[in-house]
Amino acid sequence: MLKILKYSFYDLMRSRWSYVYFAFYLLLGIVLLFLNNDLSKAVITLMNVIIVLVPLIGTIFGVMYYYNSKEFTELLLAQPLKRSSIFLGQYLGVALSLSMSLILGLGIPFVFYGLFKSAAIWDFSLLLITGIFLTLIFTALAFNIALSNENKIKGFGYAILLWLFLAIIYDGIFLMTLIMFEDYPLDKVSLIGTMLNPIDLSRTLILLKLDISALLGYTGAVFKQFFGTSFGLIVSFSVLVIWVLLPVWRISVKSKKKDF
Amino acid sequence: MVSIQNLHKKFGKNQVLKGVDLSINDGGIFAVLGPNGSGKTTLIKSVLGMVIPNKGNIEVLGNNIKKNSDYRHKIDYLPQIANFPSNLKVKELIKMIKDLRKNTNEDERLIKLFKLEPFLDKKLGNLSGGTKQKVNIVLTFMFDSPLIILDEPTTGLDPISLIRLKDLIQAEKTKGKTILITSHIMSFVEEVSDEIVFLLEGKIYFKGTIQDLKTKTKQPDFEHAIASILSNNHA
Repeated sequence: MLKILKYSFYDLMRSRWSYVYFAFYLLLGIVLLFLNNDLSKAVITLMNVIIVLVPLIGTIFGVMYYYNSKEFTELLLAQPLKRSSIFLGQYLGVALSLSMSLILGLGIPFVFYGLFKSAAIWDFSLLLITGIFLTLIFTALAFNIALSNENKIKGFGYAILLWLFLAIIYDGIFLMTLIMFEDYPLDKVSLIGTMLNPIDLSRTLILLKLDISALLGYTGAVFKQFFGTSFGLIVSFSVLVIWVLLPVWRISVKSKKKDF
Repeated sequence: MVSIQNLHKKFGKNQVLKGVDLSINDGGIFAVLGPNGSGKTTLIKSVLGMVIPNKGNIEVLGNNIKKNSDYRHKIDYLPQIANFPSNLKVKELIKMIKDLRKNTNEDERLIKLFKLEPFLDKKLGNLSGGTKQKVNIVLTFMFDSPLIILDEPTTGLDPISLIRLKDLIQAEKTKGKTILITSHIMSFVEEVSDEIVFLLEGKIYFKGTIQDLKTKTKQPDFEHAIASILSNNHA
């Protein structure tokens, strides 16, 4: 698996898109920091961008890489390699190169700005960690979609729909349910609802860490009570880990049954 | 060498293989023939583990292929269409495959044989079909495996390269290897193969030497023998 990972990673490092992605984050980091002049405000703005953009890029890149490397995959399949290691290697190659673009692109301007002397370093690290989690989750979901759809256009369509659902539609439905059932105690429901969507979960985690839970409205207090404790933090990270492991597991199962 | 029992494969509603039983002995050149869509490539891909059969059993060198992928160390496979990652250079591709399988120096001799030196630093996406096929052949023949599977090996080759390929196949045969070929070029099949396996509508219609086939169909030459099978079954 490590050899496949190496070649996929190497392949992506030579692709123009990794640099575009890297350059985008570099630019974003520089602009936010030097126009804002306030590290924690920059982190909040960054959060809003990351929460929406990282899943989108992860999804599109994952689907695109899978379909584009079909030839490479077929070449590998005839070699004495395990199927699961071929696909997991490719998946990790994509996810790691995306994570690296994210970490370096945002990290470099922040380091130059004086991150290590600032108190925002923990907020910033949490931001990067959730960013990496989101990359791992959405790239894995994208690989799942691509493995299940031979048709490229369909695959892209489903991938975009998935992103749209989790990033936007889910929140809408969630909000509607909260309004419809506002007469009932909803703290548990909203907690579970947040847990089930990795994007919402990441957003809540960062917001609470930034101590602006007032933004969360009437459930903010409940959230603070839950996510603020170390128990809540452990549960949230476990849920994120499950969000990574489940699709990765399905990649390995699905790839074993597929015809090429 | 290869033993296949009761192999079934369906793609959606399309039943491609309907109970193939085949055993291929050690040594010699076997040609798998059949009309378009008769399941030649599916059969070969099943042996390689790229297509998962619905039913049936395949053994390669005594190992059931379902259990693990190590048996593929003993197979050299030439795919039908030379699809390679287009942004890799020829040199890098050869190096990568060696890294994934095992090291060998045989590639240098094959590169010289097919005059590929000027292309080593070119990207695979920029090569012509015939040159890609030559790279494909180098990748296949550079490992010294007991079973060689060639899916349409002659595609896009010029006459000189075709002669070199035939020599290469014969040389491998004298080393005692088993070679499995599919091809639509009947003269090529007639020239190189010891035995043929004829697939028709997902089943083995005939297995034996070319002479047997001529006798069976009462035709004087090989091409007409094949044509008579096809016209008798599709008339």
